[in-house]
Amino acid sequence: MQGRLPIIVFALVMAAIPFVPGMPPFWIVLLDNIGLAALVAMGLVLLTGVGGLTSFGQAAFVGFGAYTTAVLSTAYGLSPWLTLPLSLVVSGSLAVLLGLITVRLSGHYLPLGTLAWGLGLFYLFSKLEFLGRNDGISAIPPLSIGTFKMLSPGSIYYAIWVAVIVSALLTMNLLDSRTGRAIRALRRGHVAAEAFGVHTPRAKLLVFIHAAVLAGLSGWLYAHLQRAVNPTPFGAQAGIEYLFIAVVGGAGYVWGGVLGAAIVVVLKEVLQSYLPLILPGSGQVETIVFGIMLVALLQLAPGGLWPWLMSFLPERTSGKKPDTSLKLEQRPRAPGQSGILLQVDKARKQFGGVVAVNNVSFDVQAREIVALIGPNGAGKSTTFNLITGVLSATSGSVSVLGKKVDNAPPQEIVKLGISRTFQHVKLVPDMTVLENVAIGAHLRGHSGPIASMLRLDRADEARLLAEAARQIERVGLADQMHQLAGSLSLGQQRIVEIARALCVDPMLLLLDEPAAGLRHMEKQQLAKLLRDLRDGGMSVLLVEHDMGFVMNLADRIVVLDFGTKIAEGTPATIKTNPEVIKAYLGVAA
Amino acid sequence: MNTTIMLFLVQDGITNGAIYALLGLALVLVFAVTRVILIPQGEFVTYGALTYASLAAGQMPGTAKLALALGIGAFAFDLFVARKALHGRLIVRSALTNIVLPAIVLALTVYFAAQKPPVAVSIALSLVIVAMIGLYLYRVAFQPLAHTSVLVLLIASVGVHLALQGLGLLFFGAEGQRGPAVLSGGFTAGSLRFTGQSLTVYSITIAFIVALWLFFGLTLYGKALRATAVNRLGARLVGIRTTLSGQIAFLLASVIGALSGIMIVPITTLYYDSGFLIGLKGFVAAIIGGLVSYPLTAVAALVVGLVEAFSSFYASNYKEVIVFMLLIPVLLLRSLAAPAVEEEKD
Repeated sequence: MQGRLPIIVFALVMAAIPFVPGMPPFWIVLLDNIGLAALVAMGLVLLTGVGGLTSFGQAAFVGFGAYTTAVLSTAYGLSPWLTLPLSLVVSGSLAVLLGLITVRLSGHYLPLGTLAWGLGLFYLFSKLEFLGRNDGISAIPPLSIGTFKMLSPGSIYYAIWVAVIVSALLTMNLLDSRTGRAIRALRRGHVAAEAFGVHTPRAKLLVFIHAAVLAGLSGWLYAHLQRAVNPTPFGAQAGIEYLFIAVVGGAGYVWGGVLGAAIVVVLKEVLQSYLPLILPGSGQVETIVFGIMLVALLQLAPGGLWPWLMSFLPERTSGKKPDTSLKLEQRPRAPGQSGILLQVDKARKQFGGVVAVNNVSFDVQAREIVALIGPNGAGKSTTFNLITGVLSATSGSVSVLGKKVDNAPPQEIVKLGISRTFQHVKLVPDMTVLENVAIGAHLRGHSGPIASMLRLDRADEARLLAEAARQIERVGLADQMHQLAGSLSLGQQRIVEIARALCVDPMLLLLDEPAAGLRHMEKQQLAKLLRDLRDGGMSVLLVEHDMGFVMNLADRIVVLDFGTKIAEGTPATIKTNPEVIKAYLGVAA
Repeated sequence: MNTTIMLFLVQDGITNGAIYALLGLALVLVFAVTRVILIPQGEFVTYGALTYASLAAGQMPGTAKLALALGIGAFAFDLFVARKALHGRLIVRSALTNIVLPAIVLALTVYFAAQKPPVAVSIALSLVIVAMIGLYLYRVAFQPLAHTSVLVLLIASVGVHLALQGLGLLFFGAEGQRGPAVLSGGFTAGSLRFTGQSLTVYSITIAFIVALWLFFGLTLYGKALRATAVNRLGARLVGIRTTLSGQIAFLLASVIGALSGIMIVPITTLYYDSGFLIGLKGFVAAIIGGLVSYPLTAVAALVVGLVEAFSSFYASNYKEVIVFMLLIPVLLLRSLAAPAVEEEKD
């Protein structure tokens, strides 16, 4: 992660602001509001920008936090410091409840689902008797330390900004960790992440809770700043506003949330106080101008302002090379890893009336390179997806080391020591090569989100990164380690996928067209790497179209055509097999 | 509760449901073609309704001027985009559709507003004005963002909603308005009275659904729109201008919105900000329809209308809570029925 210096400077500047002589008290109020909005937006950055889950409902979680402390500190006289954990717990546990329903929604159902319960909860806030209906709850006690009561906006200012900076640090720590990599992989679809053991619904729920707890914290602070709550600031409009704070600032960046909050809060304030002077008259001129400026801003910088600002800073690409002397524990090997590793028995997959894979049987032995070849549409990739649990077979079975693993999810298959690459590269383009490869070692680390936030994961993390770096060196991409994966050529990206698969410490490697897009020399290096891996005790099953590459490399070849196995044997026998020639050339030999 | 009340609630529910159905259809259409979640749909409703009501009351609606202003903006955008390859025909064509047309409509509006026009003229003018606003809005606000993510489009949509709602207050004031019935009279069957207005609502809704169905099933433009909805890039490769598809979608959405507004404003008083909530309920229907299916959306809209009518009778306090919470089980069922497919975002 980047140096801590800018953050320390930022914290010092924020701490000094109230002491600037002649600072109008109203500016402090604005800064309070910016901090409150920034907390919510930061959660949204993680949820929406990084995790790809758009939520309109964050305002409702602010409401949970605010109402929890409002009710407990007025009706039951609890100290605000006692209600803080309770506010966070209430927001967090309701996030679990709503999250369990919501994160399983796919595509655009998810944002719409959040909009639905966001609206519903707003109306609930305004109708429930014990929440004071539309009038809300007033006379909430202020925060106090000893006899010092934080009554003024200037005194609660520190509480708010300490919360903002601490939350930003924790969030950034979280992103820069094993769990964080899993979260950052979510937006690019779940297939690749799951193939390396990431439990995606759990990761989604986690960011959902994180965002809700930050919103709850903002609500708790809000209640004690205003010392009164009513339903208005927790409605759908507010939920939408938080979302555009995040988008305007730059939805993928923690500090984008803070920047967005500053821009939106200040802009609204300026428009409200100065526009009527320029354009006198009735109506909400400020909303009109605000709406127009929002659209204009998006047209000029669709990615938000933070990345746009950062692009003016000199680029820093040289990351620190991980200490490769650190060793990661080997995956425990099942005994008897000789003989048949993988047995596919009469596997069949139908999509409606189309039989993509028709009762195909073959096996892969220990220390063997098996190639699966066949014309386009022969069912090779589908077979891969059946083996790795991405698709479930219509009938037939797949056994690993003699044990049936029929229709086990991908997360279970990878635990057995089977890892794979994809025909269409599935890397996270805005993560570095090192981070992408480290996802492969996901199951070999064990630090959880809390440990990551508190940086208790460093030893574990260092070993994971060391393993990733070792595998990158092994495939020959050491120079590209700190480049963004999206900036590599397609051929190199395929090699990155192999490094990622190697991080699993697999016994069987499944490669889907690894040589596509490689130059001649690179293909030879790849072939050498695969032979070395086999000689080191690993088995490889690969799909490939480059016949020269396959014939020189494979120990055994299985040929599919229209979903059916038509031949199996050594390269020499396959070359002369009339069925195979017919399938490829369309004429009888 | 007796039968009379129940029948009355059913009738009320169906009338509202029909409106939600129309709005839901428009939302589905726009989302499918342009990926914009059209939050300003509600403003099309209020603009249509209040323009109609103002005209009928002999007042000059500000929306006609807005159409001209947006048209000039659209013209400027056209010129800016084509600045490297400007030629006469393009300029003339753009000027005709973006400046001359709204100018003529503005002149007509000024002329007619002064003399309390007949209902048919008010309707026609309101529809044309709002249709132009929809069309130019797409050019100015959304077309430059067409390549961005759904999220960015959504936020832009919110910005447009805010601006239009603020303008609505400026044009029509904070007070609510009602318009004259499109069709007066009616008849009584048993204990129920069918007003001409509610019959208009039913027949126009049905006519629109049939027309949309024919449009998408039989015409080339309709098919082009469907192709754009399925795959933008593929549609462009076979020569469909996706901007044209977007324009048609916005045009249809604004006409549908305005028409819905004109149909409700004789029944309920509308304020400058009423559109948002009405649009959202159309939205609920559209979501239940999965944002793809027109017949399902129409049926869902009727359900939303009925649920709303009955819950306003039994638990009027929780009316909105019930309507919006209705979505959760539906979404859940949909997700369980069709598990997540791999999708590449951005």
